[in-house]
Amino acid sequence: MPTFVDPNACNTCEGEDKGPLCVYICPNDLMKLKGDKGFNQEPNLCSECYACVKLCPTEAIRVRGYADFIPLGAEVQPRRVELGLTWTVKFRDGEVLEFTYPSRTKPVGSSIPYDGFTEDPIADLRGQTLAGESVWLGVDNLPTFASNV
Amino acid sequence: MSGCGAAFESKYWSGDMNVVMVEKAVIERSGATGEGLSAINCYMGQRYGWNTPEDFVKYVVNDMMGLAREDLVYDVGRHVDSSVHLLEEWGLPIWKKDNGDYERIGRWQIPIHGESIKPITAEPARKAIGQENIYERVNITHLLTDANDPQRIAGAIGFGVRENKFYVFKAKAVLITCGGASNVFRPRSINEGMGRTWYSVFATGAAYGLMIPIGTEMTQMEHRFVPTRFKDGYGPVGMWFQYFGAKITNSKGEDYTVTREAELHKYKPYGLVVPTPTPLRNHQMFLDIKDGLGPMYMGTDKAMQKIAGGDPKKMRKVQEEAWEDFLDMTISQALTWASQDIRPELTPSEVVLAEPYIMGSHSGESGAWVSGPEDLAPSDYFWGYNKMTTIKGLFAAGDGVGAAPHKFSSGSFTEGRLAAKAAVNFLNDNPEDSTLNDGQVASLRDKIWAPLERFEKHKGASTAEEVNPHYLTPYQGLVRLQKIMDEYAGGTSAWYTTNKPTLERGIQLIELLREDLNKLAARDRHELMRCWEVIHRTWVGESHMRHLLHREETRWPGYYYRSDFPDLDDSKWRVFVNSRFDSETNEWELFTKPYINLIE
Repeated sequence: MPTFVDPNACNTCEGEDKGPLCVYICPNDLMKLKGDKGFNQEPNLCSECYACVKLCPTEAIRVRGYADFIPLGAEVQPRRVELGLTWTVKFRDGEVLEFTYPSRTKPVGSSIPYDGFTEDPIADLRGQTLAGESVWLGVDNLPTFASNV
Repeated sequence: MSGCGAAFESKYWSGDMNVVMVEKAVIERSGATGEGLSAINCYMGQRYGWNTPEDFVKYVVNDMMGLAREDLVYDVGRHVDSSVHLLEEWGLPIWKKDNGDYERIGRWQIPIHGESIKPITAEPARKAIGQENIYERVNITHLLTDANDPQRIAGAIGFGVRENKFYVFKAKAVLITCGGASNVFRPRSINEGMGRTWYSVFATGAAYGLMIPIGTEMTQMEHRFVPTRFKDGYGPVGMWFQYFGAKITNSKGEDYTVTREAELHKYKPYGLVVPTPTPLRNHQMFLDIKDGLGPMYMGTDKAMQKIAGGDPKKMRKVQEEAWEDFLDMTISQALTWASQDIRPELTPSEVVLAEPYIMGSHSGESGAWVSGPEDLAPSDYFWGYNKMTTIKGLFAAGDGVGAAPHKFSSGSFTEGRLAAKAAVNFLNDNPEDSTLNDGQVASLRDKIWAPLERFEKHKGASTAEEVNPHYLTPYQGLVRLQKIMDEYAGGTSAWYTTNKPTLERGIQLIELLREDLNKLAARDRHELMRCWEVIHRTWVGESHMRHLLHREETRWPGYYYRSDFPDLDDSKWRVFVNSRFDSETNEWELFTKPYINLIE
């Protein structure tokens, strides 16, 4: 179901330092600017991953279901909440359901790549253990077997 | 996922080595997991005593009807738990039981609140490798081999998708973490729905399209995955089967796993092992569909009502879980329900066999033939460095590695880590510089831009930009490829069936297409990217057809059928089918490699 942009809600991501966020994030290079409004240039190859919908700071991007098989009148729209999303599901017959799910347990930017890793980058380079496994594998010894061939 | 795993792992070991990451889009939401996931499907739970890597190997080999690289599968199995625990540490919410253990969907599968699995994975990768070493919105079109040794990698080239730039990466080692292939076959939804492929629509077969032309040995390119999924929206069925206990029935209310049980005996020994191999489950359903017993329905209503048992609080909980399964990873299926006023607790939902996909990280096992790890691989499967292809210094992980399926997200991330560590070892042992062939780079650069020039040169011949005898647009190339594959290589309109004369005819047509792809035209850089995507997809299609022709048996009914060789034949065909393309002679060499049993 391709995305579409409401021209009355799109403000070209004024103030966002990555520029128009839908253009920044689209994994299939579909979102671009038409004039100063967001625009899906190739709806036939939109997978409705909602990456742009989730990022849009003015909630200007929505989804109109695939022409091939989605009857009109329903909508599924996310809204960012702290560490998660609230989804509003509107049925064709008008009923509305709302669901909130977590997306992460820690804030964006909080990861520390090699925190607490003990493998020696030189002495342990040849061996089979990956970085951090002495802490994170969960068992004491990396399994192996003597090849029977 | 494999790219982020590789970036993360490489910098732990790489010391002074310069490591760069090149991405067609932006790593936070690119690839098959960009939309999110509702489950991690590759987790051993070794710390809980749930499974051993040996268990995993036996399961995977049987699901593949007897053919997988046991060393590669074991390698993923023994390491994957550390990847999952790290993802949790970085912020991925995993469902827990009351005692704090991970919840389980099935033997290897754990449910997650995985909407942000990709940005959570990408963040430490980006931090580890360094912002200045990531090149995004760069479409790599070709690999480069060494000027002095065509069996050695020397780098890669491509172009800026958003900028007027041409990129030449000179490298002593290259690791392919690109995607497998969707949209090689004509999909069931053909207009806007072409975007709603089951596997990522931006998985354009780059892993294979980059490796095949330089003569990398590939394996199991005849294999494909045909997923059974909710109709049209292609939502996942795993939780419905395993967690919610739902069943699929035909229009008469019959369960093909019961009525077609006898079929499983025709595919001994694999058909008699529990769990039934995925292709055979497809095959049983396919027989019902061919007999006109559709539509097929997943009994979501029966399952939810049984779980709720009349308790409205329990119903609300299962309702939340059911909707989350789609909202976390296949939002279109939620919209399919809403648009048709389907309440899953009241109405069952149609399921369907999708079009075929060529890939190596999920239930497909296509990819490069790579070395295994030193401690596990027998001599037939080992040539110096784990995950190294037959081109020296060229490594692969995820979809790019063949005969090692069932990795999914966590396993692909793990394989990226394994390949990266091995590549660092390779570079330590092989520090000599690679040499680019400047003439080759210049001629490839011209080839890369050619579609833009071709449009400018010939557009005047017609008042209609897209109807011009001098060129094809990439969309035109794509639909032509999809029709050839659908009709000749066992797509949906051919009931997944083909035979020798049909494949030979299809190969004739794809050879004509491959020539015509030299006449692609692009009106802008976005369309230029589409040109190179259809070129990669065509490599995948041709390789797939040639492999299908070579394997004279039907080993995976439910994925495809050779009508001229309808039976499984372990005495002749319990082997890997491998291939190499020779760009000098334009010839394909097809041969077999032994399957070696390592786990009793």
